[in-house]
This record gives sequence, C-alpha cells and structure tokens, in this order.
Amino acid sequence: MNAILEMRGITKTFPGVRALDNVNLVVREGEIHALVGENGAGKSTLMKVLSGVYPYGSYTGEIHFQGQERRFRGIADSESAGIIIIHQELALVPLLSITENIFLGNEPARYGIIDWDAATERTRALLRKVGLRESPATLVGDLGVGKQQLVEIAKALSKEVRLLILDEPTASLNESDSEALLSLLLEFKAHGIASILISHKLNEVSRVADSVTVLRDGMTVETLDCRAEPVSEDHVIRRMVGRELADRYPRRQPRVGEVLFEVRDWTAHHPLDAERVVVKGVNMAVRRGEVVGIAGLMGAGRTEFAMSVFGRSYGRRISGQAFIEGREVDLGTVPRAIGNGLAYVTEDRKHLGLILNEDVVHNVTLANLDGVASRSVIDEMRELEVANDYRRRLNIRCSDVSQTTLNLSGGNQQKVVLSKWLFAEPRVLFLDEPTRGIDVGAKYEIYTIINQLAAAGKAVVVISSEMPELLGICDRIYVMSEGRFVAEMPAAEATQEKIMRAIMKGEEKVP
Amino acid sequence: MTSEIQGALKPERAAPFAFARRHLREYGILMALIAIMAFFGIVTDGTLLNPLNLTNLVLQNSYIVIMALGMLLVIVTGHIDLSVGSVVAFVGALAAVMMVQYDMHFVPVTILSLLVGAAIGAAQGSCVAFFKVPSFIVTLAGMLVFRGLALTLLDGRSVGPFPAEFQRLSSGFIGDAFAGLTPIHLTSLLLAVAAAAALVFMSARGRAKKLRYAVEQEPFALFLAKNAVIAGVIVWLGYLLASYRGFPNVLLIMITLIVLYTFVTMRTTVGRRIYAIGGNEKAAKLSGINTERLTFYAFVNMGVLAALAGLIFAARLNTATPKAGLSFELDVIAACFIGGASASGGVGRVTGAVIGAFIMGVMNNGMSILGIGIDWQQVIKGLVLLAAVFLDVYNKKRA
Repeated sequence: MNAILEMRGITKTFPGVRALDNVNLVVREGEIHALVGENGAGKSTLMKVLSGVYPYGSYTGEIHFQGQERRFRGIADSESAGIIIIHQELALVPLLSITENIFLGNEPARYGIIDWDAATERTRALLRKVGLRESPATLVGDLGVGKQQLVEIAKALSKEVRLLILDEPTASLNESDSEALLSLLLEFKAHGIASILISHKLNEVSRVADSVTVLRDGMTVETLDCRAEPVSEDHVIRRMVGRELADRYPRRQPRVGEVLFEVRDWTAHHPLDAERVVVKGVNMAVRRGEVVGIAGLMGAGRTEFAMSVFGRSYGRRISGQAFIEGREVDLGTVPRAIGNGLAYVTEDRKHLGLILNEDVVHNVTLANLDGVASRSVIDEMRELEVANDYRRRLNIRCSDVSQTTLNLSGGNQQKVVLSKWLFAEPRVLFLDEPTRGIDVGAKYEIYTIINQLAAAGKAVVVISSEMPELLGICDRIYVMSEGRFVAEMPAAEATQEKIMRAIMKGEEKVP
Repeated sequence: MTSEIQGALKPERAAPFAFARRHLREYGILMALIAIMAFFGIVTDGTLLNPLNLTNLVLQNSYIVIMALGMLLVIVTGHIDLSVGSVVAFVGALAAVMMVQYDMHFVPVTILSLLVGAAIGAAQGSCVAFFKVPSFIVTLAGMLVFRGLALTLLDGRSVGPFPAEFQRLSSGFIGDAFAGLTPIHLTSLLLAVAAAAALVFMSARGRAKKLRYAVEQEPFALFLAKNAVIAGVIVWLGYLLASYRGFPNVLLIMITLIVLYTFVTMRTTVGRRIYAIGGNEKAAKLSGINTERLTFYAFVNMGVLAALAGLIFAARLNTATPKAGLSFELDVIAACFIGGASASGGVGRVTGAVIGAFIMGVMNNGMSILGIGIDWQQVIKGLVLLAAVFLDVYNKKRA
C-alpha cells in the first residue's frame, strides 16, 4: 500500500531544547497509525509541525502528503489539504448548537447569509455518520465529554478529511464511550480515511492500530507493524521508556490497621438542580494503611462524592456523617476538612489543582502556608527547603523550583499537586484519577508514592476509570454506579468483568 | 542521584546581561521611570527637578499612589474598582460638610471618613465576593452612585475652607529637629540617607540569605549597580526636597503605606493567598483558602484607601468639590497596568504599581510644564499605557 504521509528527517528546536531530532513518520493509506511515547517525547510537537501550527521554515525536514511535498504555512493550509487535527482540549463553543459548532468558520452561505436549513441537513447526516443521536440544535455545553468528542469528529468530517489526527481522544472518556470512538475509527478506516492516534492507553492502541511509531526524547525509536503479528504491550512500553519495566505496579506488603475514616449515609444533590440526587446514601470506610479504590463509569458520581466530602466543595443539601477514628467530625468547609486531616487531589489539575502562573514553590506550600510561616509571615527560605525536599522525594523534573508550573509536563504537574497535599500532612487522601494523562514512567512513580503513603499509615482512596490500575494498586474496591455504592470487593478477588457486571446490574451485591 | 540534584541546585552563574534580560520587566519599569524623568528634566531645562516642583510632584501624586496600592490588590484578585474617583469626591464632601458646616474636630472626622470608606468597600465587596456580581458592574454602579451622592451632599457647590490642622494633612511638612542650623532641612536629608541605607542593608541581607540557599541570584555587578543607583537616587531626591521645605507629611504617609503593602504582598500568608485567588480561584478554594472573604477584604481595603485619598485631595485643594477625583480611577488603574499587573489577575507588584503611578505623574507634570494642552496629554498617556501593556504581552508571547 502507498504512503499517504511521509515526514522525513523532521527537526524542530526551541530555544535551548531540541524537541524533535530527525524524526521520520510514514503513514500508509487507510491505516490507523498509533503514535506513542512518554509525555514530552515530542508527539504533540510533531503533530503541530504536520498541521502547520509551526509553519514551514520553523523546522527542518520534508513533509510529503499524497505524493507531493507540502509546505504548510498555517492550519488553514493543512486543513485544505485534508489533514484535520482534533486536539485533546476540545475546541468547541459550549453556548453554540451542534450545527453552529460544526460549521463555525465554514458556514454554508451565499453573499454572507447563512443557509441554516442546508447546515442543519448536513449536520444530521454527519451526526448519523458518527453515530450521535442528538438534535442538531442541541447546545454543545449540554452534551457530555464523549458526545462532544463525536461532535468534533463530525466537524472534521464536514471538511474533506484524508488524514484524521486524534490527540488522546479517549483520555477523558469512559469505557463505553472510548469503545464507541474506537469502532468509529475502524469504520473510517473501512472508508479509506487514514488516522493518526496519539494515546497513552496501550490496550486501545493494540486493538485498533495497524502500525505503531514509538517516539522517545524527540527521536523515532521504532515503527512496528501490527498487522503481521500483534505487538506486545510490554515491548512498546520498554521502547517508550527505554528501560525494562518489570512490573507496571510496584509491589507492596499491605499493613492494614483499624478504621481511620468513615462516612455514613452520605447524600448530595446537584448544585444547580436541587431535586437531582447525585450521591445517594454512600457508606464507606477506609482503614489505616489501606488503599481503597472507587471504580465506576464517568458520571457515576465518584468525583462528586469525594468533593462533597471534602469541605462540601460540590453539591447542595449534603447530608451524612463523617468519622475519623470513630469520632464524628465536621467537614463543612475546606479549611475544616484540611484541619481534620483530609486531602483531595483533583482529577482536573489544571483548573482545580494548580496555580499555573505561579512557580513550584508557591504551589507546594499553598494548602499549608502556616507550615512555613510564623505569625503569618512567610519564611521564604524554609519554604524553599520544603519545595526542594518534595522535588527530591517525588522526583519532580524541573529546571529549578522557581519554574512556573505551566511549563511542566503533565506527570510533573501531578507530582506538584501531590506535593501540595502531602505537605498539608493529611491522614486521609482522596486521589481522583491520579494518573490521568501522564506517561507510563510517571504513573509508576505515582503508584510508588501511593504505596509509601499507605505504608506510613495513611488511608488512601483512589478514584480511577482505569480498572487495571485499581486492580493493581488497591486492597479493596468499591463500585459506584449512578450515585450509589453497588458493590464492594477485595482487590484480590476482583476482576474487570466482576466490576463491570456490578456496574451493569447496579443493585447486585458481589460478596 | 544526589550529585545530580546538587548539580541542579547550584546557583546559575548567569552573565549580567542574560539575567537582566530575563528579568527585564522588573528592571525595565524602573529604567522607564528614570528615563522619563531624565527626558523631562532635560526638556524642561531642569524645572521638573527643581525642589519646589519636585515637592509638588509628590503632593500631586500621593493620592494616586495611595489608591494604586489598594487597586493593585483588587486587580490581583482578578477584579477591578471603577468607583474610587467617586469615592474620593464623596468622602471629601462628607468630611467638608462635617468640618465646615457642623464644625466638627478634624480627628473624629478623619476617623469617620475612613470608616465610611470601609463601609463603601464592604458594600461593593460583598456584592462581588458573596453574591458574585461582576466587579466591573458593581463598581460602575458605585461610580455613579457616589458621584451623585457627592453632588447631593455639596448641593452642587464647593465647600471650604478647612481648619488649618486638617490642611496640614496635605500641605504640611515634617518638623526639622535642626531648624536654623543649616540652610537645608537636615532631618529630611538624614531620613533619606537612613532610608537608602536601610534599603541597601535589606537587599544585601536578602541576597546573602539566598546565596546560602543557592537560589538563582542576580549577578553581583548587577546587584551592586542596582543598589547604588537606587540609593543614589533616593539620597539625591531627598536632598532636593530638603533644600525646599523638607518632606511633606503626605510623603511619610505614602512611604509607610508602600512599605507596609510591599511587605504584606510579598511576605505574608494573606498576600500569598490573594495572589493565589487571582491565579486560580477554584484551586485556591480547594486548597483551603477562604476566597470570598479575602476578595471582600480587598474591596474594604480599597474603600479605606480611597477615603484616605479623598481626605488628602480635599485638604490639598482646601475645598471639597463635586468634581473632585474625576477620572482618578483611570489613572489608578493605568498605574497598576503600567506597573505590570495582569488584567486577568494573579500577577502584579506593589513596587510596580507605585512606579507606574509616578510614571503617569511625571508625565502629567512634565507635559504641563512644557505647556502641552490637556488634550494631547491624554493622547500621550493613553499611548504610553498601551505601549507598556503591549510590551508585556509581547514579552510573554515570546517567552
């Protein structure tokens, strides 16, 4: 089969950094080509070169697309050639309808007057194609993330697309939405549309990809053909990290003590719609030294539960009791929750976790400023020591602790958020999707930190959409579905099938 | 492993120019002020820097500087306060009515006025912080309301003059312990020398401390040059003021406030939290910061400082007029932005805002001396504001 895209010897440098070093990428017609690599390996940079975000001249090397050399000067150039990129952060306007979003900047119009009937008609056809059953007039903001993703794809299809690039399309999708998206990719492939899939989820890659290119430190490590023989995930991981990763989850000897934290009959209502119950009568207990997982689909109410417990940061009309070491405690505000030894590490580190324009130091001490101050005056040197200490302990990779957190990679940002909460010296930690969007190496480090926390006698609650992760690191797993805890099982006895069954059956109690 | 970390912690031995380029913003604004002063000093044949005019410059700008301190905090939390000009008029009017029409003593009047300022700030602040009404709208309303109330209080006329003790707030000078011994105001000069020495001592101590902890440091040459220039300028300006009538009272108030607010923003937990709110309010809240309360207090603080500015301005004119403080809010906001504050919050320094205020002040004063009409003054000031922020945005984009 012929190559639709060939990128030859691409080198791109930023001041002081060589982001891409002689990278080669060949995508054949009608294939799904996976691009994998750790965060910072250069995947996004390569795609920005391809889509013209970094225009011709700002890099060296050649791009051949459909047999011709192309010199894209901007995203409009690459789009007109048929290369469409869908970014990780969706570029939709929430207050506009699906139709308006799909044809934004590309409206079917005569003399500047938009033909809405034609637009709606074409939107219907596009939505059918991507399998989204929604009215074209629905506001995008009213859709879930999974459906918004489909709208993005429909938007891509509205243009003449020859090569579709998806940057971590399933990072924020639950299992069933991810599944649907991947089937869609396979369908496109059947229609001859090639795609490049950037993903950290290797099970997805091995399911749909025809070839895999591994990038490491801005260089092409290897391109694997998956059609001849299936590629082993372990092999890909080894090539990504450049070292042997004996086990994806570090071993741990659990030393579980008595119950440290307990909530009883916890109920929370939706903040805008007080009639809607989002968390329904949850009972949960975590022991000293125990890692407890909460499994469930997106929208099951896991984040809402954790945040409502943590100083009522989510929801209205919250009821229920919380106990620490058997004594009832008031967690009504965030300062009180922190004061009682709780910490909540958010799933959304950019919006809820970090002050992105501040440096590592200021972020690390934010939740416990009194710990570096005397009589409200901050001891900057003590603060610096604290930050450097966490930098060393958590292996935060930054030029120095006065680096702005905006410029750190996802994994290192996550470690900064973790540091902040570790410095607050909690006894009970809620970790909400602690490894989302970070690479394999950093994940392993986060798991190690979780193990250390448990070994230090803390109670750790992990919320994760990745079931293998929960099975790998937890002692016990709760399953949440539609606001309720529907099952509880020791991790040793749990399997993905068991968890899914519990979610599907809802009521069933797995012993 | 350890060696790598130690290596990473070593202070960067940066060339002076490379360091200066990276910290362009901090030096740039100060350099801009010095350049502008030098420029007007030359084109006005030294009139700008003659002792009388320099004293006037301080008096004319004190209220803008004082309000810029409060405005900076409001802007750092991610808000804005458009009402300060009207609050200046309203508080001035209130004080005038109490002192002139009701013959009240100036001390209770001052205290009451500041309390009224706090109450105005509290009213606007609670709308913004607790009821989440956009600050632009709340304070736009406040701007109309308090201007109107000032007119009502004064019945459309000017009220004055004030008791002499009250006028001293603005037109008084500090006493000279060595009066008669020297032709110049020796106390003022000694104060300036002491201030310069204190500043050099503080920054030397800070530098030593940082060196011990191996933080990236400005190169010694740059450090020396910067401190020498700043200390020199302080002593020189002190000498100039001393050769007229010494330091105005209002200068001491201003400097005390500048030192206080610099300290609060840079070194205290409250200051740090205010920056965190502006940087990312949700993350700050989830880190246990009472974002509403701090936002509220930022507005209360602004109200008090606006009231203080209102008193100083009234004392300076020796009359309260309904037109007092007209468009002050724009000067104050411009000072903060020229000084490097970010319109989206979380960024800005007290020293920057103060220098920004003086840049505006020197330009006003210099252009007036040159006889440039108010029309062109506005054009030029507008362009300077745009250029300052443009440079900021440009630098950020390049970085």
